[in-house]
Amino acid sequence: MLSVKGLKANVGDKEILRGLDLEVAPGEIHAIMGPNGSGKSTFAHVLSGREGYEVTAGSAKLDGTDLFELEPEERARLGLFLAFQYPVELPGVNNMYFLKAALNAIRKSRGEDEFDAVSFMRLMKEKLKVLHLDDSLLKRPVNFGFSGGEKKRNEIFQMAMLEPKLAILDETDSGLDIDALRIVADGVNALRSPERSMIVVTHYQRLLDYIEPDYVHVLAKGQIIRSGGKELALELEEKGYGWIVDGEAA
Amino acid sequence: MSAIPAEAIRAENQADSSGQYDDLVNAGYEHGFVTEIESDTLPPGLDETVVRAISARKGEPEWMTEWRLSAYSKWLEMPTPTWAAVHYPPIDYQAISYFSAPKKKDGPKSLDEVDPILLETYEKLGIPIEEQKALAGVAVDAVFDSVSVATTFRKTLHEAGVIFCSISEAVQEYPELVQKYLGTVVPPTDNFYTGLNSAVFTDGTFVYVPKHTRCPMELSTYFRINTANTGQFERTLIVADEGSYVSYLEGCTAPQRDENQLHAAVVELIALDDAEIKYSTVQNWYPGDENGKGGIYNFVTKRGDCRGHRSKISWTQVETGSAITWKYPSCILRGDDSVGEFYSVAVTKGRQQADTGTKMIHLGKNTSSTIVSKGISAQHGQQAYRGLVRIAARAAGARNHTQCDSLLIGDKSSAHTFPYIEVKNPSAKMEHEATTSKISDDQLFYCRSRGLSEEDAVSMIVNGFCKEVFNELPMEFAVEAQKLLSISLEGAVG
Ligand SMILES: Nc1ncnc2c1ncn2[C@@H]1O[C@H](COP(=O)(O)OP(=O)(O)O)[C@@H](O)[C@H]1O
Ligand SMILES: [Mg+2]
Repeated sequence: MLSVKGLKANVGDKEILRGLDLEVAPGEIHAIMGPNGSGKSTFAHVLSGREGYEVTAGSAKLDGTDLFELEPEERARLGLFLAFQYPVELPGVNNMYFLKAALNAIRKSRGEDEFDAVSFMRLMKEKLKVLHLDDSLLKRPVNFGFSGGEKKRNEIFQMAMLEPKLAILDETDSGLDIDALRIVADGVNALRSPERSMIVVTHYQRLLDYIEPDYVHVLAKGQIIRSGGKELALELEEKGYGWIVDGEAA
Repeated sequence: MSAIPAEAIRAENQADSSGQYDDLVNAGYEHGFVTEIESDTLPPGLDETVVRAISARKGEPEWMTEWRLSAYSKWLEMPTPTWAAVHYPPIDYQAISYFSAPKKKDGPKSLDEVDPILLETYEKLGIPIEEQKALAGVAVDAVFDSVSVATTFRKTLHEAGVIFCSISEAVQEYPELVQKYLGTVVPPTDNFYTGLNSAVFTDGTFVYVPKHTRCPMELSTYFRINTANTGQFERTLIVADEGSYVSYLEGCTAPQRDENQLHAAVVELIALDDAEIKYSTVQNWYPGDENGKGGIYNFVTKRGDCRGHRSKISWTQVETGSAITWKYPSCILRGDDSVGEFYSVAVTKGRQQADTGTKMIHLGKNTSSTIVSKGISAQHGQQAYRGLVRIAARAAGARNHTQCDSLLIGDKSSAHTFPYIEVKNPSAKMEHEATTSKISDDQLFYCRSRGLSEEDAVSMIVNGFCKEVFNELPMEFAVEAQKLLSISLEGAVG
């Protein structure tokens, strides 16, 4: 599914990613953990094509297609989805209208029929239930005036609607109370499938109690310095990041 | 009386994302074509003989000719306005031809009689009259160049007692109404362009809605400049008698041109006691090429007089064209408890310049006004919002709410806001809000990461920005306005 090899990326003159390797097979969930500032969001942004980062070495392929050859919207149409750590507000843009336009842009690029209002509404009702989202959110402008929790849930709702191949969830748990966390996790779990892979970026292992990963990676100083099963997350929870990061440095 | 600038906000875009949108600049002008139709055109130039000739060709009565001549002699004395924040080469008024009419003199009785080339033109514009007719409730008084060539729905309106005709026709058939109201809101001496217009106006629209009558349909006129070098001097006069209501839609588009074209229209609205006039404009003059060459100069004077108590006049406008726009649809709130509204979206891109805004003159007691102005500037577009709210000493209990938002696209565009507030009565309640925002890279990336193209993202964000104004437009018009905005920003996202 996703194959990242020797990825290096700069912001300005500063090297943030320093040779990152990651292989994700279909159906797998990978957790990426690491201290603040280790480059987790940078990695997510570079994969989804945000401007302002310079890839200096390495490659990233989604089902064999070189992501770095594509515009952000082309990556999305290929099936890549990023749930933002900080979802962006679009004042005046109706949430439902936005989603319908996005979904139809993706479908059109794949030669599929665009959804009409009726079939779109039907799909939306289905997905809403899973996320316990109040449908009043749909009538409001995208993320505008949403609470932190509503924004995060809206991201997962978008993911549910767009049905990506590979979803990257960047700190989707931050700012959520335990109930909201559970709802989001339920939503994510409902989307697990043998064809869909996920990269769950998080600072805390708490989320991983609800979304059980197949693999856990520790990202520090722009590299994956340790990989393991879900028990690695528990170990991190217990001992903090210090022992790995410092151990690596020593 | 001099306006006191209570507050002057200058917002300039200084982002450093130089040139990032330039490569997307491309879309040509969709409505750029010229209809080949023979015109009966006066040779260029303006003097008393020309004014008399115009009047004569229209077969006007003596009083009208005199009115024009008086306006002309006053115009000769007037200086051109120089204070608007726009720049343009001096206009040679002697190089303009002041009369142009399609050859076929007698007005057609039905669409069958309309020159097929004309119909084709409307077809190309995407506003075929046939379709308009089918669209129940919309009557079309199509102005092609300077003379009305097709009028529909006259009968339904006639039954309701509503007069909807060309101004020339009104001069002939309803002289007492025209004489009573023409120039009472915008006198010929108001400014340079109204002086010129009063002397040489060749056509336009007249509407009269009788007492306690709700006009049974939206009235709509499509304007179009077509003959090379023919200045357009439209004259619109709308009178809503006591307790009546009318909604009027004005839409414009123009073919591609090499030379700048002058447009100096005058629109006068009069609302008597308890009457309401809603005037909506969606305008798409040819803005010129990317260097600003060949666009329309649009110097328009639009003013509404809430002459009666509890009357209401509402201006809604969406402006996407013109090389230069200079217009301030205004309301004089003369009657007690009268209401004035101004909702505006203006887009400037390429080398377009717009100096727009409104004036709300509160004279009556408990009058209220609302101003919502949304300015969008892209590329080298320049925009100034200039709003004047004046509360006269006798206007006790007046209220105004002004909201002025600017949206900048790219880093070379600019927006300036100049609100002038003049309060002579201490009981006035004034609110003013102004914001300047930019379509952020974050917003664009967010949309694109969901599969939307950059252009779709911009158009979506822009439409969202304009929503409050679009909500004021009649349904079909709102859809059209959105389309227009997307089309005009295709070249700007851009
Ligand atoms: N746009 C930017 N400009 C400058 N520095 C940045 C930018 N984005 C990220 N960085 C820096 O890159 C490093 C990694 O940041 P980030 O990827 O956000 O970390 P994480 O998500 O792991 O907390 C940090 O040191 C951060 O300051
Ligand atoms: Mg982060």
